[in-house]
Amino acid sequence: MSTPYTKLPAWADYGLIPLINLSVAFIVAGFVVMLVGENPFRAAVILVDGAFGKGTGIAFTLFYATTFIFTGLSVAVAAHCSLFNIGTEGQAYIGGLGIALVCLSLDSVLPWWAIFPIAIVAAAAFGALWGLIPAYLQAKRGSHIVITTIMFNFIAASVMVYLLVGALKPAGSQAPQTRNFLAGAELPKLNWIIELFGAKIRSAPLNICFLLALVMAFLVWLLIWRTRLGYEMRTYGHSPKAARYAGISETRIIITAMMISGALAGMMALNPVMGDQHNVAIDFVSGAGYVGIAVALMGRLHPVGIVLAAILFGMLYQGGAELAFEMPAISRDMIVIIQGLVILFAGALEHMFRPYIQALFASVSPKSVGMQAVNGKGA
Amino acid sequence: MAQAAIELIGINKSFGAVRANRDINLEVARGTIHGIVGENGAGKSTLMSILYGFYQADSGEIHVGGKPVSINTSNDAIALGIGMVHQHFMLVDNFTVLENIILGAENDVLLKSSIAKARSELDRLEREYGLEVDPDAVIEELPVGLQQRVEILKALYRGAEILILDEPTGVLTPAEADHLFRILKQLKEQGKTIVLITHKLREIMAITDTVSVMRQGTMVATRVTKETTVGELAELMVGRRVLLRVEKGQSEAGAIKLSVKNLTVKDSRGVTMVDNVSFDVRGGEIVGIAGVAGNGQSELLEAISGIRHAVSGEVMLEGKPIDLTGKADPGELRDRGLAHVPEDRHHVGLVLAFEENENSILGYHDDERYLKGPFLDVDAIMADAKDKIEKYDIRPGNPRLKTANFSGGNQQKIVLAREMEQDPGVLIVGQPTRGVDVGAIEFIHKRLIAMRDQGKAVLVVSVELDEIRSLSDRILVMFAGRVVGERGPDATEGELGLLMAGVEHQEAAE
Repeated sequence: MSTPYTKLPAWADYGLIPLINLSVAFIVAGFVVMLVGENPFRAAVILVDGAFGKGTGIAFTLFYATTFIFTGLSVAVAAHCSLFNIGTEGQAYIGGLGIALVCLSLDSVLPWWAIFPIAIVAAAAFGALWGLIPAYLQAKRGSHIVITTIMFNFIAASVMVYLLVGALKPAGSQAPQTRNFLAGAELPKLNWIIELFGAKIRSAPLNICFLLALVMAFLVWLLIWRTRLGYEMRTYGHSPKAARYAGISETRIIITAMMISGALAGMMALNPVMGDQHNVAIDFVSGAGYVGIAVALMGRLHPVGIVLAAILFGMLYQGGAELAFEMPAISRDMIVIIQGLVILFAGALEHMFRPYIQALFASVSPKSVGMQAVNGKGA
Repeated sequence: MAQAAIELIGINKSFGAVRANRDINLEVARGTIHGIVGENGAGKSTLMSILYGFYQADSGEIHVGGKPVSINTSNDAIALGIGMVHQHFMLVDNFTVLENIILGAENDVLLKSSIAKARSELDRLEREYGLEVDPDAVIEELPVGLQQRVEILKALYRGAEILILDEPTGVLTPAEADHLFRILKQLKEQGKTIVLITHKLREIMAITDTVSVMRQGTMVATRVTKETTVGELAELMVGRRVLLRVEKGQSEAGAIKLSVKNLTVKDSRGVTMVDNVSFDVRGGEIVGIAGVAGNGQSELLEAISGIRHAVSGEVMLEGKPIDLTGKADPGELRDRGLAHVPEDRHHVGLVLAFEENENSILGYHDDERYLKGPFLDVDAIMADAKDKIEKYDIRPGNPRLKTANFSGGNQQKIVLAREMEQDPGVLIVGQPTRGVDVGAIEFIHKRLIAMRDQGKAVLVVSVELDEIRSLSDRILVMFAGRVVGERGPDATEGELGLLMAGVEHQEAAE
């Protein structure tokens, strides 16, 4: 069957379509705000102003974004190998354990710049290890990675509760968390960068993990599109049969991809643990792993898209908190609804408007959809 | 001549800048079999989709039975008595034949009454046209030929007077195809009109009354089948003269490069697929394996290329054994000079979502030429891809284009270029020209013969008997997992056909 072969120009594919999806999500969210009797335009102003209006807001937005960049990259790396890693949440949680062990034992001896690299390695190693077990089960036993990684989120939560009310808790404390780290395990803030632009910041947790996240985004791009390993991961991701034909070991590629994914997830813990809280507390990941799935999907599994999507979700987190504060009728749960709508339209219904946009492009400018290149034949 | 069943006048259809159909005029006489031929992408399927209501023409008129009609949906087409048998069957696999027949034509909330009605109607159709199918058989348990029969019955059940068949023999064995042709002839005798879309010229010659040729969206000619030749049709299709049988010199067979001894392969259910097969391939010769699809050829190829586990036997590559446990590293076999063009280029030989240049290194991606340490050497890969595009005339010549957007013939050239340019000692090729246009077939055959003339050992597996006969220096015929005969290149089609059907007559025993 001849199907018209259409391909959108890159700017429409990566810019226009996400923008349209996002706008629709916000329009629907606006109706929800109207339903609870608030003015949606004022709500939008508060949300955006809360996230980007003041220096403190920007710093918080980027702090949340840092977390989501790590989890988004983690999900994306696995997804390029057609592995749906839902275990980012648990891998990040266990990554926090690695950081806790490093910081608690070294924070009185070493300065931050010496502890930081060790903590990065520990976080990555613990996260990778938590990804390794489901990967091994998938590769060797055929246990589906979606099921095992969900289970491992629960196991991670239980392990951490056990440790945080036991071995890791200082004697005599009532709170299920480690002792606060000393200054040696506190990462420097980045607020001064925003202050350079003249904004005032009272106190915000934005720290050098943001830069680490950007470096990792670049390294993930390099890995996926410029290394032999990334090539093999993508080959397996698109067609396991082609990978077999090309001599790529299924076991090795699944385990490697999941360990890299787990390592990125584990590194996410650096941001809240060493950059903000200075301790490891119960449930400190608080759903960032799941948000990572939405971020990765919305970012089209590309590091640039993931950074942008992470900033968007950072904005929703920060602006949403402001909104709940300013408009009492809008509760925290309403913010979750708005986030849910963004995930729905930008993630799940990503391709809903695509056919219409393709038709529009094809009728306005056939050349832009690459139609003269091939003789109208898809097969 | 009888009155026209269908008349298309001045049909135009564009997809953006691509004019899939331009000014098409076509007249199909009632009670005839009318063939439409053309290369992939010539616009045949688009034209039929317009007739069946999947697409609307930008301009032009459709007349059915002499009256102008407008066909906007497939329901309109069905109401006008037009039925379509698709290339990829539109059947529900886990439904019975009867359930599939009434699908979309259920007349009641409860199925019972329509099923009873359908059963008697189906019975009548089966008797009238000799289309026997068990109405209670489940589709997925039927062989492909019978599934196609269900598609035809479905169309007839809806009262089709005009049947359109889109590449109906692509999935059939030669015997099943012959049976289909008998059915079509019978339908014609009963007064039905049949439009047959194909790119196989032999079928056109065998069964049609009239044939129309399409090229690049235009209707270039209509001929009475009896008055034309395969050569003329091929020339009309491609727009230039085509060699249907490549010229090749005498082979100069050298030393044994690939040796298969007592190879036995079983599938996952334990059924023997390859049964004690032995043969040698020497340098400088092409050995062709003929056989109806599903007689163990695919499994044989996979075992030799180290992808599939073999139960017993031995395969020697340049005198050294290949690991047959199914755990062989295909990369290592490549290093030892074994190149493999797999049968299924869509899922095995290529990653369709990749750019062309990425596919041009698949399997050789750990070769030092394409790497700088752990990194891909993008410049080297691009230069290499451009080089192959030029040498193999791959079109469009853009190494950044997604592989799925190349035509079948060009996709196959991407695989062949990759495997041949590695300068392998042994080349094994599965279905070298499946789904490939006439023009590209000629090119691929020439390349394979050039490989032979360079002293390489070439093993070709194909279900196209013509291809095997025109390429091979020696022909092995497989039936039910065994090699049932070996013949020279001058073996007649009838002789090979009997062997393929498992009939071992007197001469075969000699």
